[in-house]
Amino acid sequence: MAQITLSKLAHSYAANPTAESDYALKEMDHVWQDGGAYALLGSSGCGKTTLLNIISGLVRPSYGRVLFGDLDVTDQETAARNIAQVFQFPVVYDTMTVRENLSFPLRNRGMDAAYIAARVNQIAQMIGMEDILNRKARGLTADAKQKISLGRGMVREDVNAILFDEPLTVIDPHMKWELRTQLKQLHREFGHTMIYVTHDQTEALTFADKVVVMYDGRVVQMGTPEELFETPAHTFVGYFIGSPGMNLLDAKVTGSVAHLQGAEIALGAGYGAVAGRTQIGIRPEYCLLTDGAGLPVTIRRIEDVGRHRIIRADLFGQPFNVIAPEGMAIGADMTRVAFAPGKINVYADDWRVAGGAI
Amino acid sequence: MEKTQNNKAWFLVLPVLVIVAFSAVLPLMTVVNYSMNDTFGQNEFFWNGLGWFEEMITSDRMHDALGRQVLFSVIILVIEVPLGIFIALNMPKKGFWASFCLVLMALPLLIPFNVVGTIWQIFGRVDIGLLGHGLAAIGIDYNYTNDPFDAWITIIVMDVWHWTSLVALLCYAGLQSIPQAYYQAARIDQASRWSVFRFIELPKMAGVLLIAVLLRFMDSFMIYTEPFVVTGGGPGNSTTFLSIDLVKMAVGQFDLGPAAAFSLMYFLVILLVSWVFYTVMTSLDKAETK
Repeated sequence: MAQITLSKLAHSYAANPTAESDYALKEMDHVWQDGGAYALLGSSGCGKTTLLNIISGLVRPSYGRVLFGDLDVTDQETAARNIAQVFQFPVVYDTMTVRENLSFPLRNRGMDAAYIAARVNQIAQMIGMEDILNRKARGLTADAKQKISLGRGMVREDVNAILFDEPLTVIDPHMKWELRTQLKQLHREFGHTMIYVTHDQTEALTFADKVVVMYDGRVVQMGTPEELFETPAHTFVGYFIGSPGMNLLDAKVTGSVAHLQGAEIALGAGYGAVAGRTQIGIRPEYCLLTDGAGLPVTIRRIEDVGRHRIIRADLFGQPFNVIAPEGMAIGADMTRVAFAPGKINVYADDWRVAGGAI
Repeated sequence: MEKTQNNKAWFLVLPVLVIVAFSAVLPLMTVVNYSMNDTFGQNEFFWNGLGWFEEMITSDRMHDALGRQVLFSVIILVIEVPLGIFIALNMPKKGFWASFCLVLMALPLLIPFNVVGTIWQIFGRVDIGLLGHGLAAIGIDYNYTNDPFDAWITIIVMDVWHWTSLVALLCYAGLQSIPQAYYQAARIDQASRWSVFRFIELPKMAGVLLIAVLLRFMDSFMIYTEPFVVTGGGPGNSTTFLSIDLVKMAVGQFDLGPAAAFSLMYFLVILLVSWVFYTVMTSLDKAETK
């Protein structure tokens, strides 16, 4: 087990990258702590899988180094790195039994037979397959196969890290929750470094201690779920995390006040003069529909999603969402929205600007 | 739901029945007719029952031809299948060289059978052939026209040259359909090259390989044109395979009765062996899923 360091890492699939857009991964410097549970979150095509494959050695980065602890592994083969990886779609060895599938990585490393038998039974119990250990893997359903893949990923105890590439895509929702819980438990028990790629924010936020959000080949924020929610470092994080995402409004910010179509909003912190395209962001959770104070909104529709209601509205012609708690009566006269003080973030050219004292 | 009874639908099958009747059933029944009768021309037939079958099934001539035929097919399969797999594994997977290799591999398959025979017939001649003359020049005693062993070697090499491509191309298609993730998983699992072949490539190729083996078996079991052009069945009878023998009997000696009985049994043997191949391989497949 080791800390994983990415140093000045960049990757392009083109042979001679020139423009920045040629890069699948833009230059990054990151340290992944030993024993951490990380989720790599981002929309499709943002470079998550590329980053994962670079760590496991399936792809060699165009620039930069990968370090496990103090050891530079950039030029090491995947096999030499001792890493486990689970892929999006089930990969099982069809002609082997479930037992042979699970023991395959151990046998390849020449482990002791008694140890292999014990370890395989332990893993089989965890994924709930003890009773079909002697069946051929070929005839099993897709989610059973994916459980075997997961099991094979976790069977080695001494791996440097376990990488998951959207492993629960083919698994049905109930099983998803159960397997995620088991992964989490396994993490607590053995303390492997785990990196979990997903585009599902619920999965990311429930699994990981730290969530790494990627956008367009860049890591835009690495933080706890709370940090991502309260202070998104990039407008993409604000938009991507949360359901619905953060409201973003074009505004002009001077000092501690945002000017929005003539209206003024107190920001709770001082920003001086902000250059570039300026936006203010506020979570729908921190907005309140009122019949008195606040800015005027036009409500387009109200969606009841169970525990709360989402109000889809327009604020000065820009789409705006408000979350209303269950049970709150929404009258016809409630056409204004008020913001919780101190919950507004300011963005210049999509990046968050830290506020100072007023 | 009430099932509609409409037997007029059978008429829809009629065109197929007619075509199959003219293309397969009627010619086959003609052969059956010949095999049960003796004839001296002028469309005069004398009933002979199973006489021809009894004669053919006990004849040494047919036994020898069958023995040579089985030996030939076995040798062909043993060489071409592993060689084809080996070539497929080593062909480039993409880019210019992949297309280049595909075209190169397909070339022998596009040459008509008798041309292949002629090519090798000339190629192997000691007086003017590059191969024959070359071998003679380096002191190897090679002459396919009077040494049975040399004749066999020539025909086998020719068949390997002509048909290994088919096995290779089928295997190549099977290999190309394996998702990259399998190879990546194998690297993660630290599998050896042999394990990758044994547990990923071979199982994924099994389907096309079955077809390749079947095709190669049937074709090699029915081989006629190429050995006929190269050796004419000689020297002596050493390369007289079933079909060559059959043609000698039917067209050369005009023994239509025995030839018809012969060809029916020949047909049944191919049918039987293909069926056994197919059943064994598919039942292996089923046993694995259980």
